[in-house]
Amino acid sequence: MEREMMHRLLRDMLLSRVFEERAAEEYQKGNIVGFLHLYPGEEAVAAGVINAAGPADYIVSTYREHAHALVRGVPARAVMAELFGRATGMSGGMGGSMHMFDRQRRFMGGYGIVGETYPIAIGIGYAVMLRALPETVICFFGDGAVPQGTFHESLNMAALWRLPVLFVCENNHYAIGTEIHRHSAVPEVYKRAAAYNIPAEKVDGMDVLKVYAATRHALDRIRRAGGPQFLEFETYRYRGHSMADPGAYRPPVEVKAFQAIDPLTVGARAIEFRYPTAAELAEVGPDNIGRLTEHMISAGHLEEAEIAQLRKDVEAEVEDAVQFSLASPQPTMDDAWRHLHCNRHHEQLLTA
Amino acid sequence: MTQELLYWQALNRALDAEMAADESVFILGEDVGLYGGSYRVTEGLYAKYGEARVRDTPISENSFTGLGVGAALVGMRPVVEIMTINFAMLALDSIVNGAAKIPFMSGGQFPMPLVIRVPGGIARQLAAQHAQRLESMFMNVPGLRVAVPATPQDAYWQLRQAIASDEPVVLLEHEVLYFTKGPVDPMAEPPPIHQAAIRRSGKDLTLIGYSRSALQVQEAAVELAKEGIEAEAIDLRSLNPIDWQTLIDSVNKTHRALIVEEDCRHAGAGAEIAASLAERCFFSLDAPVQRVAGLDLPTPYNGALEAASIPRVADIVAAARALIGAKEKAAA
Repeated sequence: MEREMMHRLLRDMLLSRVFEERAAEEYQKGNIVGFLHLYPGEEAVAAGVINAAGPADYIVSTYREHAHALVRGVPARAVMAELFGRATGMSGGMGGSMHMFDRQRRFMGGYGIVGETYPIAIGIGYAVMLRALPETVICFFGDGAVPQGTFHESLNMAALWRLPVLFVCENNHYAIGTEIHRHSAVPEVYKRAAAYNIPAEKVDGMDVLKVYAATRHALDRIRRAGGPQFLEFETYRYRGHSMADPGAYRPPVEVKAFQAIDPLTVGARAIEFRYPTAAELAEVGPDNIGRLTEHMISAGHLEEAEIAQLRKDVEAEVEDAVQFSLASPQPTMDDAWRHLHCNRHHEQLLTA
Repeated sequence: MTQELLYWQALNRALDAEMAADESVFILGEDVGLYGGSYRVTEGLYAKYGEARVRDTPISENSFTGLGVGAALVGMRPVVEIMTINFAMLALDSIVNGAAKIPFMSGGQFPMPLVIRVPGGIARQLAAQHAQRLESMFMNVPGLRVAVPATPQDAYWQLRQAIASDEPVVLLEHEVLYFTKGPVDPMAEPPPIHQAAIRRSGKDLTLIGYSRSALQVQEAAVELAKEGIEAEAIDLRSLNPIDWQTLIDSVNKTHRALIVEEDCRHAGAGAEIAASLAERCFFSLDAPVQRVAGLDLPTPYNGALEAASIPRVADIVAAARALIGAKEKAAA
């Protein structure tokens, strides 16, 4: 892999981590309200998958999508401002944490209903097929969304009509508070794709290089052979389901075990994150999947000084995003009506 | 050139015209292709446009409706047929949480040129799970347009307008209307998709119907005319938005209004119309706005009971007489 791409992956993961931890702080301060589902622990999936996609590919995401948007290239300002509900946010303050859209970047939305991304993704895939374009659609979902009916309905249609969709399961082992062995008769998610003859692979989602490579490979196969592909990334969220959930149902030993394979790096660990803290990680010993920085350092692609600079850069970017959001205007009720009627094209209604 | 067409044929012509004019229009649903559609609406289109544009789907209402939503997001113009409105319940997430919400919650970034065609209403002894109306369920969702054509001409116009619209439109087609006949002029300039039509002018009271009941109020008006009562018969044509101006102008003229709906009375379309007319026309009303509606009852299979559970023309005539006090006059 190119050195440049490794740096990009590292930067995206760091930015995602710092952004989310700051979002948690802003939530505690009351600047962000509502449901807030954070991503720490899962960064390798967003960074690896989305960097493997091209600008013409579509991304359909869930309600845990801030990092997906950031990796896709949406400015941190626009993502943070949406969390703050401001007019300058990605969705003009109408969507919030769970409903981020960026048409220009083909970021086709965050969806708040579990299992809703599949039909949207196959619909975009159907349009791509009708237009015979070399584009693909990346459909994110969690392990908790696999038992939904739409999973089976949509995988069936995707396979039947050979739609160019990459199904990406972010398996963090929990449907909110219910562990996967308690919500799925077949806890190996990738095996379920076999029911629809969709090639599927299970990949270590804590290793960004593996995530990137697997995604590149799957997208290549979609473009060459047509038809859907399926990737299951085993990962973990260090936080609860949302800010309303402390995640107390998870055994501490489990949290710690996954923190030990933090997808972030040796260098990144020096940053003071709440989940996990540097001390906690030091206790666990050298992590076996702080792979990216270790790999980069040992390959001579990265130096300690660069890590410090990178850390400063992303912290500054997130700070700027917060200040921008605080200074941004609130949307007006006129804005709300305008957005609702954005497709009415100034039609005059006979409403009196 | 005006032709006599059946309601289903008018819909078929509209689909054909739009598909011929615009490659982004495609149809999907259960048995819409090879089979030709449960009510023949898509007959011949599979042969003409091929299976990619007239797609037979598995029985997966939520996902194939959601497929339409996804395709519309990127500028296609899908026409989803849900075999009957009873099955649309399975697709409510895609319709209500998807089609109706995405343009808004994206801050106005995405078009939603999606048409959802849904046969519904009480046909003939199909029993409770296949004999519902449910229009008020869709009326209550901001972001959705609900069109209810009663005639072949409106079926033709409104389906074409729905396909051309960048907003999501639910087109409610009544199952007993598919084989009704009427003139269709494909070249005529249509009124706005949501404009109500005054089917018969009158001065004594306003009868308001939509879909099948729009035909019933016209029949009732003919009956009432024999007794010297001049009823104005209005076909709403659209339940969201509603053409309030036409209703208000009529009620300000007649001072009495009677709404006829096949749907259940409780929290139905009639409740919304009655409340709005009371708010807007209170001082010109000579009597409370009245409703003739379906009973708040799952539809019985038994034919006599089924017929008794929905408005009949005689019920409308009786209610109209009572509303203008004609009954007392006749008795005197």
